[in-house]
Amino acid sequence: MSAITLKVNGQSHTLDLDPATPLLYALSDDLALRGPKFGCGLGQCGACTVIVKGQAIRSCVTPVKAVAGSEITTLEGLGTVEKLHPIQKAFLDERAAQCGFCLNGIILTAKALLDKNPKASEQEIQQAMSGVLCRCFTNVRMLAAIRRYEQEIAR
Amino acid sequence: MTRDARAALKQAGFSRRDFLKTSGALIVGFSASSTLLHAQGGGPSPGSPSLNQVDSWIAIAADGSVTAYSGKEELGQGISTAQTQLVAEELCVPIQRVKLIYCDTALTPDQAHTSGSQSHPANFNQGNLAQAGATAREALLKLASERLGVPVDQLDVADGIVSVKNNPSKKISYGELVGGQKFSLALDKSAKRKPPSQWTVLGQPVTRPDLPALVAGQFEFVHNVRLPGMLHGTVVRPPAVGATIISVDEASVKGMPGVVKVVVKKNFVGVVAEKPWQAIQAAAKLKVNWTPGSGLPSHANFYEHLRNQKPTRDVLLVDSKDVEQRLAESATVLNATYHHPYQMHGSVGSSCAVADVQGDKATIYSPTQAVWYQRNTAAMVLGLKPENLHVVYRPGSGCYGLNGADTVTYDAALLSQAVGKPVRVQLSRKDEMAWENYGNAYVIDERAGLDAQGNIIAWHHESWSASLGNRPGPRTPGNVITGLLVGFEPEPFAPRSPAPDPRNYNNGSNGVPSYVAGRIDGTNRGTGNVKSERVLLHNVQSPFWTGPLRSPARLQNTFAHEGFMDELASRVKADPLEYRLRHLSDARLIGVVKAAAKAANWDARPSPKPDIRKAGIATGRGMACVLYEGDNGYSAMVLEVEVNQDTGKVAVKHIVAATDCGPISNPDGLRNQIEGGALQGASRALGEEVTWDEQKVTSFDWSTYRSLPLGFDLPKIESVLLNRPDQEATGAGELSITLVAAALGNAIFDATGARIRQVPFTPERVKAALAART
Repeated sequence: MSAITLKVNGQSHTLDLDPATPLLYALSDDLALRGPKFGCGLGQCGACTVIVKGQAIRSCVTPVKAVAGSEITTLEGLGTVEKLHPIQKAFLDERAAQCGFCLNGIILTAKALLDKNPKASEQEIQQAMSGVLCRCFTNVRMLAAIRRYEQEIAR
Repeated sequence: MTRDARAALKQAGFSRRDFLKTSGALIVGFSASSTLLHAQGGGPSPGSPSLNQVDSWIAIAADGSVTAYSGKEELGQGISTAQTQLVAEELCVPIQRVKLIYCDTALTPDQAHTSGSQSHPANFNQGNLAQAGATAREALLKLASERLGVPVDQLDVADGIVSVKNNPSKKISYGELVGGQKFSLALDKSAKRKPPSQWTVLGQPVTRPDLPALVAGQFEFVHNVRLPGMLHGTVVRPPAVGATIISVDEASVKGMPGVVKVVVKKNFVGVVAEKPWQAIQAAAKLKVNWTPGSGLPSHANFYEHLRNQKPTRDVLLVDSKDVEQRLAESATVLNATYHHPYQMHGSVGSSCAVADVQGDKATIYSPTQAVWYQRNTAAMVLGLKPENLHVVYRPGSGCYGLNGADTVTYDAALLSQAVGKPVRVQLSRKDEMAWENYGNAYVIDERAGLDAQGNIIAWHHESWSASLGNRPGPRTPGNVITGLLVGFEPEPFAPRSPAPDPRNYNNGSNGVPSYVAGRIDGTNRGTGNVKSERVLLHNVQSPFWTGPLRSPARLQNTFAHEGFMDELASRVKADPLEYRLRHLSDARLIGVVKAAAKAANWDARPSPKPDIRKAGIATGRGMACVLYEGDNGYSAMVLEVEVNQDTGKVAVKHIVAATDCGPISNPDGLRNQIEGGALQGASRALGEEVTWDEQKVTSFDWSTYRSLPLGFDLPKIESVLLNRPDQEATGAGELSITLVAAALGNAIFDATGARIRQVPFTPERVKAALAART
């Protein structure tokens, strides 16, 4: 165990952790965040996604030591229920959820893409979203929400 | 309240209000039938609030706010929003004033499972929540009539306030009428539901109130439940199907950080630690000696194994006794065999539960589809009294049927009992996928006779499916893996062959094709006009756990029926739409077929397309239809496909789904279900299949079990909603998915002339079918 400092959603936390611990457990258990979720633990589904240095990464396969000191953004770091971030608002407006378990990975993966490439083509969006799963298959609405947000930032 | 009851009340010298102050003093109305809901359990569990009492469903506080209680839970399908709309509508209050509480054994009535597209029919027709709302509204109006001294027919009610029609200043609120007191009133079947023509809340596309918290990452899934002093558990499942424990070397994890206890109970093994990562590491390191597995039938030859396995349990759904004779007289007889694999629920989040077992009492947070049954069966697993368990539903990841929800709840309960502290368990991806109760594999033989004009005159359907376990129900924890590991047996397999003659009509999960008469005791109960009919089902024991997966058996049967119907139409060079209509007798099923065809601008001609080029991209269209379970929702689908004949890759380009589920409670929720079901159906038809070797399941993650991701070449989806306010509410969540494999197979045939009778339509299988074209 060693002291690891994580900067999450603008706040610093020093935790006593095995440095090999996947970031997901630090976020969802030590910090009790509800955004990042365990889906597969293998980096295959995207449910655990967080944004670090502009990249959407899989926190379930990222050791805490690899991101110590870096700014980490989770879904709850974007906006609040009272003041949703525009991409969260786009998902609400499109009513783009069923069970909602995958939303964390879907929204953060899309945001990381559009932060880098605000005018991503349909194909680029499809490509970026080809590594995340929604098993309720709310694809139509989720992709519409991503495009809605894209149009919003273009204005 | 009945006239007799009112008279009795008056005679006894009570006013209505006095009566309402007392509790349970009088039973009026009728006894709500719950037999259908509890077919498996024989009635609500002991301790459940009575399904027959208004107070079990509705409470009104002094401030006029309404709390509604339901045994049907939110699984992501939107039913909590629709139920809230229902209560607001029947009680004439704004939707914001209604709080819906569902599936908590301390609070809500036992409505068995939330499953099988049963929530809409169970709670939106003449019983349960809907009738409780209507009964409560009428009781409130009668009370107001007495208080205001004005007959009921001269009263208006809006926003929870009853006022006099010609003198609106004369009014009284619900809070003033009954606030904080019990109704003590039985559900009255004569209480009038609000007619759909007067709906202002129900029928509207109300947005789900849970959405803001979901998109903001604030929503509490069961995965997010945190209790003081909570520990984390990981289970160690057998390495092979049928393997049992020889020994467990607890010393192998001694001294590992955070490890609290190794728990062994018969063949159940788990590790409890302070933190989840510690539990996972210890479980991986724990040395357990297992016997070899019991061995599995060859995956490559499984369908032959399934067809030939003995003993069988046989069911005859319909038998006109003349099928062989009519087939012998037919101008043409066609045969075809369809194959459908085991598929899995594959929830995106692996299943999770939190249990706190303290001595002889337990509180359990579970994503189960049946809190009362989970309470009863978890009590069996723990050796406690059911009444000492409190099971609270907390949403899990979408389940689409029986995923790992019940088994992980037993896991958490067992581990918590062993350490005397709250324990959270979330299954690993592999433990979820290798041990869940899969949707059944099927072999289906279809045989039909045609007359000289090409009309179907006889239809014979025979199927083989395998099952093991099921939902735990009220008393069978051994129906899922953890229950078996701690020593409970799955529900016994009861061989029976030959099948007895059918006595009552049973559609048998759409075992009966849509085009036959379904004649029992001189009455046609089916949706078609083919009089010579025989439907025989064989069930055998499965090597794997099985259980309901969205549209269980109905999807598999419909794949075969609707594909075969297409084959028959093609054989006589008929347009598949016209040919279906020629053999259907049910007006509503005909209605959705026509509506889908119209919206899709159906290209009326026989399949396959004329002049197919045998290379490059081919396009085509197919259709399918169903009356789900023979009585629970009508749907028809037209699907357009693009087949790359060089690679075998299939892309769904356009889906039109027409739906008639009676009065539409929330059109946006309905569309969401249709869209999701259609794409989930595409994923299942194109790539999903459980695989195994000689000992164990080999599809246990997303690289070995292939799901379509969020980013794929998305088809355009159009939903045609046929609102039928004059009809009963039916299910809708499993309609579109039932049709996709069939419509897709038919579209591939239309495009290429190759008929694929086995799911999934992988590129290899498509290429093989294309190569086999003559």
